[in-house]
Amino acid sequence: MSFLEVSDLRVEFPTSDGLVKAVDGVTFTVERGETLAIVGESGSGKTVTNLALMGLLSKRGSRLSGSAIMKGETSTLELIDLADDQMRKIRGKNIAMIFQDPMSSLHPYYTIGDQIIEAHQAHNEVDIEVSTARAIELLEMVGIPDASNRLKAFPHQFSGGMRQRVMIAMALVNSPDLLIADEPTTALDVTVQAQILKLLRELQSELKMAIILITHDLGVVAGAADRVNVMYAGKIVESARVRELYANPLMPYTHGLLASIPRMDRGHGKRLSAIAGQPPSLIALPAGCAFAPRCTFTERVAGGSDRCKSSMPALTEHTPGHFARCHLEGAKL
Amino acid sequence: MINYLARRIAISIAILFAVSFAVYLIFAILPFDPAALTCGKSCNDPGIIEANRKRLGYDLPIWTQYLIFLKGLFLGRTFGEGAATIFCPAPSFGYSFQEHACVTNSILEALPVTLSLAIGALVLWLTLGVGLGIVAARYRGRAADTGSTIFVLIGTSLPTFLTGLLLLVFVVVKWRILPYPSGNYTPLFESPLEWLNTMILPWITLAFAYAALYTRFVRNAVIETLSEDFIRTARAKGLSERVVLRKHTLRAALAPLTTMAGLDFAGLLGGAILTEAVFNLPGLGRLSLGAVIDFDLPIIVATTILAATIVIVMNLVVDILYAFIDPRVRVAA
Repeated sequence: MSFLEVSDLRVEFPTSDGLVKAVDGVTFTVERGETLAIVGESGSGKTVTNLALMGLLSKRGSRLSGSAIMKGETSTLELIDLADDQMRKIRGKNIAMIFQDPMSSLHPYYTIGDQIIEAHQAHNEVDIEVSTARAIELLEMVGIPDASNRLKAFPHQFSGGMRQRVMIAMALVNSPDLLIADEPTTALDVTVQAQILKLLRELQSELKMAIILITHDLGVVAGAADRVNVMYAGKIVESARVRELYANPLMPYTHGLLASIPRMDRGHGKRLSAIAGQPPSLIALPAGCAFAPRCTFTERVAGGSDRCKSSMPALTEHTPGHFARCHLEGAKL
Repeated sequence: MINYLARRIAISIAILFAVSFAVYLIFAILPFDPAALTCGKSCNDPGIIEANRKRLGYDLPIWTQYLIFLKGLFLGRTFGEGAATIFCPAPSFGYSFQEHACVTNSILEALPVTLSLAIGALVLWLTLGVGLGIVAARYRGRAADTGSTIFVLIGTSLPTFLTGLLLLVFVVVKWRILPYPSGNYTPLFESPLEWLNTMILPWITLAFAYAALYTRFVRNAVIETLSEDFIRTARAKGLSERVVLRKHTLRAALAPLTTMAGLDFAGLLGGAILTEAVFNLPGLGRLSLGAVIDFDLPIIVATTILAATIVIVMNLVVDILYAFIDPRVRVAA
């Protein structure tokens, strides 16, 4: 059994306009020591999937179903529908999360020491000195020099990259089994981005944790992840190991994403390709493939574009470990 | 910080001089002869008027008058000579012929009344406003929130003179719970119970109006803060909802309240004219009102300068407090 098994996870938000199906039957696994990237554009359900795992979705505003089983050292836990106080004991201890914008994710009024120590104290009944020592240890681990003095600094006294390091230190203070990194480098400039991704890689091999890396940037995925799930309109549309996905995308959406990455080796003066159209509304999803209206490959499908518009393809395994949701059934794109 | 303080205090003093001069110009600008005003409405004996003009220095150019006024503030001032000499010790704001007293004495009599009124009301409205606001935000969209909205609506719609009169009609006249306001003020240290008796209805009247505004403000500030990224971080750490609300949300949400409360308080110290009039309280508001009706220029000048001083001082106090609350302000300073 895998470390984390998510199966048929659904998250729906009832709104006055209708039911928003933000996550629509998502199934995936994550192993210990592995980085799974979840890629997709805004509104594809990647963040909501992970907020559901963390139990951070408001109970009153959302409907959850499906299952997410996490294997702990001694027991297995069903994360969906866990009671609030039990979930709280897991949050920050077994599962930790870092967020997109380190500028606004740290509390502006408290020192970073206070905030890291607080995270440790929330799950360990130890003296403040123990937590302080642990905070210093973590700050050193994430590469912040002069850690014992920097504990007394406030977030605004750090640069963006340093703040993200602080966030990582805070997330790792209780040695979590799973780290969910929600666009951890989106708000950072490119050189800092590379440093943070490298740091995450190093910490992972040191701590043997699983990482779910949420991003919309396939460039980030290439260097940082082992496997990739591509999400579109609340569904996983392709899942493969990173090299396999880059070399041989089976779903036109993935193909479009890959084609829209700027590349140095493709020569100057060429326009970047873009996927025409807009993602569908999550309230009125089409009966068939949600990507069909934007897809340029529908004519090549056996049965034609009508088949794409009327029936939803299943997520099928084409080569070992490479799944795609497309009627093209593994044809070379 | 010391530099910042010194600079702020220097600026405040400069503003005070500017304000005092602008206010003093009332003597020169208003189409009244200040000397004629000193001898009452039915008086038209040019002898007395001219004598008073000389006695009070109104015959001198306005610049000289202002300098004498300033000198009086620091050293005290003697009016007239011989047997009719009146000495007003420093800080002297002049002599009021309507009250037949040094202006400073009239103000010192009225100030404790207004102070009692403002402090009591402030305590009451902060308690009520902050408490209700937090409850409304915490239980947004439920009965408690609706209740607070109704309170806000009534509180902001009812003018204080109406609330005050309603309280008088019911509590004092119909139900006879409290005695009729006598127009006398009993200092707190003379008879605490008597003092409370006099002040309780004015407090409620003022606090009602302000508490409504504060409830709305606190509710919105708390709701806004709850959606901040750093609150999501706090929850992701596994902190209990109580800690998230008390430690992380309230400190950030209530910081701007310091400014609001400080300035509202300063405004009231200048005299709560309507409330003092309704409850017949001999405070600064009633003193100013009386002075305006009687054209008692020395008192108008004094109360205006006093009100400006209070606003300037409270601004300074608020800024210093804010630096303690928000570490980002400390650095900017």
